[in-house]
Amino acid sequence: MNMQSLILRTAGNFLLPLLLLFSVFLLLRGHDEPGGGFIAGLVAAGAIVLYLFAMDIADARRVLRVDPRDLLGAGMAIAVLSGAPAAFLGQPYFTAQWWEFALPGGGELKLSTVLIFDIGVYLVVVGAVLTIILNLAEAED
Amino acid sequence: MSAYIDALIALPIIIPLLAGALSLVFWRSHAAQRWMGVLGTLLLLIVSVHLLLETWEQDHLVMHMGGWHAPFGIVLVSDMLAAIMVILTGIIGFATAVYSLSDIGERHERFGYYPLFHLLLAGVNGAFLTGDIFNLYVWFEVMLVASFALLILGGERAQMEGAIKYVTLNLVSSMLFLTAIGLLYGLTGTLNMADIAVRLGEVEDTGLVTVIAMLFMVSFGIKAAAFPLFFWLPASYHTPKVAVSALFAGMLTKVGVYALFRVFTLIFDQDVDYTHEILLWIAMLTMLTGVLGAAAQFEFRRILSFHIISQIGYMILGLALFTPLAILGGVFYILHHIIVKANLFLISGLTYQLKGSHELKELGGLYRSHPMLGLLFMVPALSLAGLPPLAGFFAKFIIIRAGIEVEAWLAVGVALVVGLLTLYSMVKIWNEVFWKAQPAGIGPARSPGRSLFWMWPPIIGLALTTVAIGLYGQPVFEMAERSAEQLLDTSRYIEAVLGADYIESLQEMRR
Repeated sequence: MNMQSLILRTAGNFLLPLLLLFSVFLLLRGHDEPGGGFIAGLVAAGAIVLYLFAMDIADARRVLRVDPRDLLGAGMAIAVLSGAPAAFLGQPYFTAQWWEFALPGGGELKLSTVLIFDIGVYLVVVGAVLTIILNLAEAED
Repeated sequence: MSAYIDALIALPIIIPLLAGALSLVFWRSHAAQRWMGVLGTLLLLIVSVHLLLETWEQDHLVMHMGGWHAPFGIVLVSDMLAAIMVILTGIIGFATAVYSLSDIGERHERFGYYPLFHLLLAGVNGAFLTGDIFNLYVWFEVMLVASFALLILGGERAQMEGAIKYVTLNLVSSMLFLTAIGLLYGLTGTLNMADIAVRLGEVEDTGLVTVIAMLFMVSFGIKAAAFPLFFWLPASYHTPKVAVSALFAGMLTKVGVYALFRVFTLIFDQDVDYTHEILLWIAMLTMLTGVLGAAAQFEFRRILSFHIISQIGYMILGLALFTPLAILGGVFYILHHIIVKANLFLISGLTYQLKGSHELKELGGLYRSHPMLGLLFMVPALSLAGLPPLAGFFAKFIIIRAGIEVEAWLAVGVALVVGLLTLYSMVKIWNEVFWKAQPAGIGPARSPGRSLFWMWPPIIGLALTTVAIGLYGQPVFEMAERSAEQLLDTSRYIEAVLGADYIESLQEMRR
């Protein structure tokens, strides 16, 4: 699996944080514009896979810090629970809840359960893709 | 109050999803996953009892997902049929979760048995409760993805072979389903089932409607394992772990039958002479091929698998006759069959653990060593064959009576003959497994230290349920009666989902 390519190794080091940042950007932008949890999760998983190709499996697992299966479970729990606040407010399950905060520098921050749902999807996608790919990579070694 | 109802309809889907997610979170701890399985399904059972009671009170419960109203949003609808199916999912889910404590080893748990188990239950309940035809497709897929993985859990050769047939045919069925949804959407411009039912009344090209109806029939027919595309079932159901087999045998094909009942009462009731005549022939041929296939088998679970097919025939017969009594009989049959069939599979697993084989010729002498198990086998087996006073007798009796009323003599004859042959199969199992002497030289495959304790309570519980439905069948009969009324009087369903205002505005537009 390890390709020992100097260019790829160097690029991998720089691209990983950039791609992860980009995935967060996609995640946050997703509510009204193209983006969202699914595609952002794929980009993040792609970033880790690129790192895996450039380095090796142990490095990829180290940079991920957690087992991808944990991400999968946590993401699914978050996504399912994001519908719950509505139920406690007497509305049908999954009805979107919005919270607006005024920011100190003017402007406002809008948060919603939709975003929480998207974060759950993000984690599920990262977890599922990486569980599969890391297992395949290990089976190949 | 309405928040309570909203929660009640959504919970049968939310609980298994959440339980699945939590068992993924705790994937390192086998004990936590096991208890999550038992507690999650117990909670599901409790909620589904409440759902049934509430549905009985209020006729139809409707929940607009996310506050987006029908026909634009996705609705969850609980009528009597859906509520009955959900409570059966709860019963079978709980029984198999308890059974799994003894049946499923750590090796299978490591491959994610419990998360998949919960995902399957969520898919099944979603399919029962949704009021949106595309959403129904999505739940079918959730259920199928989970079932694919459960089927090959363990990765044995026979499992792979069975899974290829299972996956291929089910994907074909899904494609047909999706095509049919596309055509239906093109014709009516809506995906809400109640709205489709209203708008199909305005469609002039009735020929096209019948074509779409046939696409649905083939697609759901494959999923229900009806004639002629049933062979994926006996090829695959005897290969996975017994707890998985029992769950599949109880719930999966019945989702296909449920979809047939839903679609061919609510949406496609324009050309009953044509569509339901075909269903009648499908039903008869399904009964016959299933029972004849079973007669030729000598492996415990394969015999049971073929009997699923023949029993599916009875249920479809109820739908095909299309009288209130026949639909009542069909619903009653589904109800009885799910409990009985899952129980028979659970028993086959226990005999395997005791004797180390599924092959009839290698089994024997169980009545001598475990008379209690023999008795427990007799209850579901005789109920399946339709002997009074067990639940199966009433199920068959109602359907045959309905057949006599509309003078469908051929169907009645087939149903009676198939009942007799079912008895033959059950007696065959009884003779081979329990009565004849243990063949020499074959002993239990499993280590004797293994605890089988948790296999007993589900088997006993399901057997008692079967007896109870037979002896105190009145409430069950009334529930089935109410669901038949609701299925045939579609205007109640439509009004509950869409609201009287919307229907009025549609009628004005037509003028």
